[in-house]
Amino acid sequence: MSGRAKPRAWTEWLVTMPSFVWLGLLFIIPTVLVFAITFRPSDPYGGIGAGWTLETLKTLGNPNYPAIVWRTIWMSALTTGLCILLATPMSYYLSRVSPRLRQWLLLLVILPFWTSFLVRVFAWKVLLHPDGFLKHALVWLHLISPDTSLLYNAGAVLLVMIYTELPFAILPIYAAAEKFDYRLIEAAKDLGAGSFRAFVSVFLPGIRVGLLTAFLMVFIPSLGSYVIPDIVGGPTSEMIGNKIAQRTFVDRNLPHAAGLSAFLSVAVLVPMVAVSALRRKNTRAPNEEGV
Amino acid sequence: MRPSRVPAIVTWAVLVFFYLPIVVLVAQSFNSSRFGGHWESTSLKWYIALMQRDDIWSALVNTLVIAASATLGAMILGTSAAFALHRYAGSRLQKVHYSVIYMPLVLPEILMGLSMLLFFVALKIQLGMFTIGLAHVTFCLSYVAMTVLARLQDFDYTIIEAAQDLGAGWWTTLWRVLIPMLAPGILAGGLLAFTLSIDDFVISFFVAGPGSTTLPIRIYSMIKYGAPPLINALSTILLVVTFACVTISQLLSRNKHAPGT
Repeated sequence: MSGRAKPRAWTEWLVTMPSFVWLGLLFIIPTVLVFAITFRPSDPYGGIGAGWTLETLKTLGNPNYPAIVWRTIWMSALTTGLCILLATPMSYYLSRVSPRLRQWLLLLVILPFWTSFLVRVFAWKVLLHPDGFLKHALVWLHLISPDTSLLYNAGAVLLVMIYTELPFAILPIYAAAEKFDYRLIEAAKDLGAGSFRAFVSVFLPGIRVGLLTAFLMVFIPSLGSYVIPDIVGGPTSEMIGNKIAQRTFVDRNLPHAAGLSAFLSVAVLVPMVAVSALRRKNTRAPNEEGV
Repeated sequence: MRPSRVPAIVTWAVLVFFYLPIVVLVAQSFNSSRFGGHWESTSLKWYIALMQRDDIWSALVNTLVIAASATLGAMILGTSAAFALHRYAGSRLQKVHYSVIYMPLVLPEILMGLSMLLFFVALKIQLGMFTIGLAHVTFCLSYVAMTVLARLQDFDYTIIEAAQDLGAGWWTTLWRVLIPMLAPGILAGGLLAFTLSIDDFVISFFVAGPGSTTLPIRIYSMIKYGAPPLINALSTILLVVTFACVTISQLLSRNKHAPGT
């Protein structure tokens, strides 16, 4: 047994090592370093000093931080919820239309994903600008007063976050909806369920794998948002990402930035572990039913 | 029972939401007024001003050099990773390997950016084009690996055995059998890597040094510190180029699959 496995193991290591070593050096070690540097002092030249200290951990008790942490969490949760809310009926529609129309609609969904992220965020800055098209239109319609600001607030950040994250919710949910057996919905209706009831208790459980993937794909990157609140947000809509960038580029206090990043890494791990536990439960469920 | 109209309405509303800012941005780029509250006159003056900005052209060159080298590196590392993940699926090493490849796909970019900055600073590596290139290979690798892995799902290993039975060495098998058969997947992954590298701002911004300004870094500073009409014009050019590339590649892959479907 072990004699037969030997040459196989050798070639396995040969093809695994290039990517494994690369990611070990440039991904795993740097991630561990973030935690280690949290306990290092900063030096006056913006580098990392010698010795160990708990100074950074103490300054993380900054009274502004709890508000920023909460804002980061609820903005990300709201973005994720709204993205899934929009993506689910959309995926249902996409998987039901004729293949020809579907191809064009999918292309329209994917196109923004391939275009420059900064350009898409900037497009909203132009659209929401105090002297821009949307503002003038809304004032003319008497929907807002001339001194309402559409930019530099939490609403603008949320809107643009949904705009950039929505394709990441649509694609996994659509992939699940495409495999869904729509005869189940007909069966539910034959058994007396209304459209809405059939949608909620047959369709949604049927695409739960897609919903879970969409949750991860939107929620985790949202927690690390930095560019969107930086460009369309203001001082009242700062998120953790903005603080990390500020500590890195403005104050050049790398240990402090590392401390915030270590916190964010831990925050990101919670939903990841939760979802993978849920997934494991999902894949085990059929076996248990079989027994 | 009549099917609900809600899914159709949501879909079309979302598509309007997707394209409204893009359409307004493109229209703005031809408006000679600085901000588009009103339309002054149609003009190409922002495009002409853009052509005279040397910093944008050198940023574009930097971006392309980084993207080309990062794509090449990511294609090699990613393909070998995908092969390992598929050929030896189920082994303990590959389970760890898979999570190491998967993590960079979901982690917020800012975490990767800062962690690599700390790594380079700790090792006293001079920040610049080289560090941006290393960082780009790192995140592009995972995308290439996943794309090639998806293509490998219906790969038939008996072909490799057949080649070896017919006397091909491993080098010949690699270059004459494996790579040609995986080429569509490798190229698709490469295209994705190239696009992501060109577009990356957050990670590049963290590991950039003097003289390594890329196009997204340049665009960011233009957004933050003035010159909006110029970005309208630049954005429009970028949008036209990407829309054309994506549409053409979609049409090409559709024609190729057409007889089968």
